[in-house]
Amino acid sequence: MSKIHVTTSVNGDAVEFLCDPRETLLDVLRDRLGLTGAKEGCGTGDCGACTITLDGRVVCSCLVLGAEAEGREVGTIEGIANGEELHPLQRKFIEHAALQCGICTPGILVATKALLEKNPDPTETEVRYWLAGNLCRCTGYDKIIRAVMDTAAELRSESKELS
Amino acid sequence: MSLDDVKTTGFKYVGTSPDRPDGLDKVTGRAKFGADAYAPGMLHGAIARSPHAHARIISIDTSKAEALEGVKAIVTRADFRDDLRGDHWNVLENVMAGDTALYDGHAVAAVAATSVLVARDAAKLIEVTYETLPHVTDVDEAMADGAPVIRAGTADKSVPEGLHPNVVRYHESGHGDVEAGFAEADLIIEDHFRTEATHQGYIEPHACLATLGGDGKGDLWCCTQGHWNVQKICSSLLGLETSQLRVTASEIGGGFGGKTVVFIEPVALALSRKTNRPVKIVMSRSEVFRASGPTASTSMDVRIGMKKDGTITAAKGVFRLQGGAFPGAPMEFTAMCAFAPYNLKHVKQIGYDVMSNRPKQAAYRAPGSPMGAFAVESVIDELCNKLGLDPIEVRLKNASREGTRASFGPTFQRVGLVETLEAAKAHPHYSAPLKPGQGRGISCGFWFNFGGETSVSLALSMDGTVQIVVGTPDIGGSRASMALMAAEELGIPYENIRCTIADTASLGYNEVSHGSRVTYASGLATIKAARDAVKKLCGRAAAKWGIDPEAVDWVDGCAVPSGPNAGDFDPMPIAQICKSMGRTGGPIVGHFEASPEGAGVSFATHIVDAEVDPETGKTSVVRYTVVQDAGKAIHPAYVEGQYQGGAAQGIGWALNEEYVYGKDGRLQNDVFLDYRIPVASDLPMIDTVIVEVPNPGHPHGVRGVGETSICPPLAAIANAVSAAAGVRLHELPMNPPRILAALARRD
Ligand code: FES
Ligand code: FES
Repeated sequence: MSKIHVTTSVNGDAVEFLCDPRETLLDVLRDRLGLTGAKEGCGTGDCGACTITLDGRVVCSCLVLGAEAEGREVGTIEGIANGEELHPLQRKFIEHAALQCGICTPGILVATKALLEKNPDPTETEVRYWLAGNLCRCTGYDKIIRAVMDTAAELRSESKELS
Repeated sequence: MSLDDVKTTGFKYVGTSPDRPDGLDKVTGRAKFGADAYAPGMLHGAIARSPHAHARIISIDTSKAEALEGVKAIVTRADFRDDLRGDHWNVLENVMAGDTALYDGHAVAAVAATSVLVARDAAKLIEVTYETLPHVTDVDEAMADGAPVIRAGTADKSVPEGLHPNVVRYHESGHGDVEAGFAEADLIIEDHFRTEATHQGYIEPHACLATLGGDGKGDLWCCTQGHWNVQKICSSLLGLETSQLRVTASEIGGGFGGKTVVFIEPVALALSRKTNRPVKIVMSRSEVFRASGPTASTSMDVRIGMKKDGTITAAKGVFRLQGGAFPGAPMEFTAMCAFAPYNLKHVKQIGYDVMSNRPKQAAYRAPGSPMGAFAVESVIDELCNKLGLDPIEVRLKNASREGTRASFGPTFQRVGLVETLEAAKAHPHYSAPLKPGQGRGISCGFWFNFGGETSVSLALSMDGTVQIVVGTPDIGGSRASMALMAAEELGIPYENIRCTIADTASLGYNEVSHGSRVTYASGLATIKAARDAVKKLCGRAAAKWGIDPEAVDWVDGCAVPSGPNAGDFDPMPIAQICKSMGRTGGPIVGHFEASPEGAGVSFATHIVDAEVDPETGKTSVVRYTVVQDAGKAIHPAYVEGQYQGGAAQGIGWALNEEYVYGKDGRLQNDVFLDYRIPVASDLPMIDTVIVEVPNPGHPHGVRGVGETSICPPLAAIANAVSAAAGVRLHELPMNPPRILAALARRD
């Protein structure tokens, strides 16, 4: 079966790859591009471990074909930190012990970063519903929610200081 | 301080919650989990599985699959050892079917190919001819006369005569005379309870990368809770010498007991041996549900007698556990834990291990205990309701304490049940008002905890920093706990210590990360290894000073002359001793190897408020408090995390999660959409209270914390739901249809 040639951008870098028409974007990222931060927990869009952004929108990369990345902007967990400096969410997740095994963490970070960009002042309920597509089996979500709320508060006070 | 000293107060590092050492890796996506390994020349494996619950395998035709471009090898049972017996034969039989497929999803063949897609296509082209056989998947049906026999002759000597051949093990324990005890009761309640099988639901599917050559030497990378166990079993199944197979544990994306066994690892090794290339296998979620190790399902009868004042006069339980097509359902744990929280004069518990056409059960967090607690604590709740007694007072009145003869035999040492009950009683949650439609439930729970083979090594670097090497995979932050305990002993900052999980070539045998043993056993070994290193450090200082090594103390990371030499020399810091270690006797390494037996049992009490919607039958947990004895919380934030995680899994088990088998014996819900684990919007914050009643068997007082947290939730939630609904629920999960049926029964 002949492969498809795809030109795209991943975390701001220009990327080209060849993929099978049936191959998911998740498999392309992991197996062809070496970006194994996104995880496959289910392959059916139910767990959120594979969460990435596509043109800024949160998607399950297991439900996107590699070929669909053509001309789009892909964002993954590997692109969240700014060089040495962690994104505040990453820092707060460590501080709040918001991960145990950590397999859900990349997906949850990508999803919550998008949330805070959209809604800098979410309620607990809004955070819980935003994350309803990201399964975590270890933590009971308590510390995850607290880490997100605390990050949001910190980002708000920073942006207040700036303005 | 003597090497055996127990320290339970005055900690500097233990009891703080610093950032975990693997935090950065895990928030940036660079931590390497099971499926994140790749090797040059690597092939991908896929497994062909039985679509039938029970079927004789007549033939396997691989010709079409082999003809597919990119297919490199196919293996079947013939590619494994044929002379195994006992436990390892059972493992092999589960890993790859012999002449009979025993459950929906049972592996029958596997293929290695140049890509995942080709491997999956090829697996579909493997043609298996089956002769279907009658099947049974329900525990009570599997024990009944006329049920299809899964494997004749499996029952061991414990099983009384006259039982169905699917009953393969039997357990009986207790003491006193239960009939005499029941005669003393003012009220006796007996009820029947059932729980469905659930799955651990770790988010990371099983994954491995195997390399094995014709020379019998191999390397295996996999997500596992215990790589020495994987090494032992895989080498046995493939006929290798154990030491020739080196196993490395990846970061592990959850296990909860489900990664204590092997499924795909021997298959990947067999494919690698046949192709002489590395082979990677990653299970799909559907394979995880169909063919890894869910829990047992249960059918239970519990009878308890109580006096008007709340004294329990006698208790009896019968616990039947279906554990799939192999022996091993943890019915003795169910039986032994069920009444453990109570000081009973007359108690008897009976367990049945029953085979059926389901996947072989595996451990799930305190295996067996939550189900027994569900039945027993429901009956106690009902007795309290009928006698108008406060459920915490009744439990306090009957609670197991130091010196109590446990329902399962031994006499308890210092235990913390009473402390958890007192803390629950004092918690504002217990006295908070409830809204209409809400109910409150409480429950106690018990788990043994465990020691097992443990080996740790602790090496000092030239700059006085420390590397600890342990052999227990870190599932929930244990590397941080090890570093904290070592920091405490060595008197050096937490940040100066790095803890690594070693591969099987680097340490002696380490028992699996299960039984809540890691912080207990690897922690104990880390502390003893640190004390061993301290002794050597003191020896180097003593030699330098020309004094007796016994006259050197270790204080805040320095050797200090003591006794007659006190004050004679300046304290010598660890970095100074280490800098010259090459010249003063060579590298300084502390180590410890043993099978510690002082694991401390642990108890918990949970309080739950639930709200039931009478229109839809949907239940919401609106408030949840976990109170549990940790012995000593080394890293309190991760202890809280264990409490919260156990409670959340318990909520799922109580309300939603279940294996649904169709009449055809096939699993109906093999994806997360249909097997619904709790999501963030289903849960409230989960409050925690850490009680600390030190375990005398650990140098810092640690008991295990990982498992006990899932013991009380099923019952606590059932008690809350029953209170809210005004009718007793006897069957899990308490999903909307069951609640609606119960409400209809009530009205
Ligand atoms: S792997 Fe994509 S949602 Fe689970
Ligand atoms: S931390 Fe393990 S699944 Fe979330």
